[in-house]
Amino acid sequence: MTSVLAVTDVTKTYPMTPPVHALRGVTFDVEQGELVAVVGPSGSGKSTMLHVMGTLDRPSTGEVEVAGYQVSELTDAELSTLRAQHIGFVFQQFHLLNGYSALDNVADGMLYTGVPLESRRAMARTALERVGLAHRFDHVATELSGGERQRVAIARALIGSPSLLLADEPTGNLDSKTGADLVRLIDELHAAGSTIVVITHDLDIAEQFPRIVRLRDGLIESDSKAA
Amino acid sequence: MDELKRNRMSMSDVFRTATVGARTRPMRIVLSALGIAIGIAAMVGVLGLSESSKSDLLATLDRLGTNLVTVQAGTGIGLGSGELPETADEMVARIGPVETTAAISEVDANVYRTDFIAAGQTGGVTVQAVGLELLDVLAGEVADGQWLNEATAEYPTAVLGSVAADRLGVNEVTGTQQVWLGEQWFTVVGVLATFELAPDLDRAAMIGASAAETFLDDDGVPSRILVRVDPAFIDDVIDVLPATVNPENPEEVEVDRPSDALEAREAADDTLTALFLGLGAVALLVGGVGIANVMVISVLERRSEIGLRRALGATRRQVATQFLGESLLLAALGGVSGVLLGVLVTTVYAQIRGWSALIPTLAIVGGVAAALIIGIIAGVYPATRAARLSPTEALRSA
Repeated sequence: MTSVLAVTDVTKTYPMTPPVHALRGVTFDVEQGELVAVVGPSGSGKSTMLHVMGTLDRPSTGEVEVAGYQVSELTDAELSTLRAQHIGFVFQQFHLLNGYSALDNVADGMLYTGVPLESRRAMARTALERVGLAHRFDHVATELSGGERQRVAIARALIGSPSLLLADEPTGNLDSKTGADLVRLIDELHAAGSTIVVITHDLDIAEQFPRIVRLRDGLIESDSKAA
Repeated sequence: MDELKRNRMSMSDVFRTATVGARTRPMRIVLSALGIAIGIAAMVGVLGLSESSKSDLLATLDRLGTNLVTVQAGTGIGLGSGELPETADEMVARIGPVETTAAISEVDANVYRTDFIAAGQTGGVTVQAVGLELLDVLAGEVADGQWLNEATAEYPTAVLGSVAADRLGVNEVTGTQQVWLGEQWFTVVGVLATFELAPDLDRAAMIGASAAETFLDDDGVPSRILVRVDPAFIDDVIDVLPATVNPENPEEVEVDRPSDALEAREAADDTLTALFLGLGAVALLVGGVGIANVMVISVLERRSEIGLRRALGATRRQVATQFLGESLLLAALGGVSGVLLGVLVTTVYAQIRGWSALIPTLAIVGGVAAALIIGIIAGVYPATRAARLSPTEALRSA
């Protein structure tokens, strides 16, 4: 199995007074095809973890490797391209563009890859079908329910078949039933071969996933794979 | 591992992202483009109107000629009420470059509609004995009937200026209509169109010089001489006219060029044009500040969108391009609608004034170009701010 994500001795310190040590030396790997839940209470460093894994932020020390690229060796523009081609994000707040249809929102997932609009739209149709929204192509974001919006966001993250899909509290803004449906969808995507890391504070959700990494005070408390 | 190759966005994708703001907040776009539109419209309108009026004036000058010179006795302190010598007309005609001359002599008589009108109720209509060349010299036109000729100039006949005809109740020249002029009946043989170079003659009843002498005992001393001069020598002629007309007292002769008045009016218009152009520029500047303002607010409001785009793989440059493009789009919208508005205003106003509408290409091209330049300047700061935002910071704010 090849490693899609390798985090080695990563620390992250925010220069405040007093300095905030969000990560204090974290090491873990995600292999291709894995489904991992990173779980921890607020303040445990989950969000920083997401940013570092998603190359949205650089670690203070340590090394992050995504899809074979050493993050520390890349420029800001190269990191952007890495995100465009290899990483898909799903956020708690969905972040859809309100004036646009579900289809165009999903197609925007490949906006920065150089693929022409018509191909993007064709791929977006496939991605929306995969998340079960084939009947919602032309609805604008504001006409969709919360669960549907999150599915659109997942389709947007999936569209380019990224090496790594990062989901930040994907069920955070959903009721429990819709949340459970979403977890089932994530399971299906995992079964179909996607590599997914879900970040959540909700242990009930985390426990439904095959591997759980517990984070506390910037350190890995336990990793079900290592155990 | 292969290199990460940068992917350039196609122009259509750049355009699409630049319109995101317009699609999500159309009203704001319209209002902020309005500022630019007003500024551009003002400038295009001012330039168009001044150009149209100028071309109208040039056409008028072309038609009337700028080589008309009037000579009259100077009046004023120390000059008394001077008179031109009786021979002035012939003297002027002997100057080489003079083409035609026409003498006008104010006749000491009043003209009334009928002999029942009380004395003094002249309605401001004067009686002038005129040379036959007058109509040519002034480039005047007959509205009805005919101009004086060798024959009618010797008989009690009159031609009325446009205002005089109105005041004397002559609407139509029948050949039998008469006016009570100097205690006797004069037959009206013609009515003239309005003079553009001698408005005072519009209020005159004109009779032949010999008729004035025969029937009204006029002394034949010209009060004014109208002179058409070869345009190449006009300044030289103006220099020698006083001494030619009245060798004894050249300082008592007043020489005038009626087309100067029209040109002076135009010069005054130019000053106004510059003033309005300045005002338009101020409006444009305010419009630009408005766009910058709206863009700064937009960047603040759309932090999460910026964060999302960075997460989707947009580079800083691509984010900057999006907001710069949006600002440019706003300004272009304002610029184009401003030019259209300016053209519309010019056309309508020119129509009302009876001018042919003339809008300089420079105003149209310059208007749009100015708007685009302002759009770029107004967009640079907000676009830089958007690009500088770190992805985590942008995402956190949501």
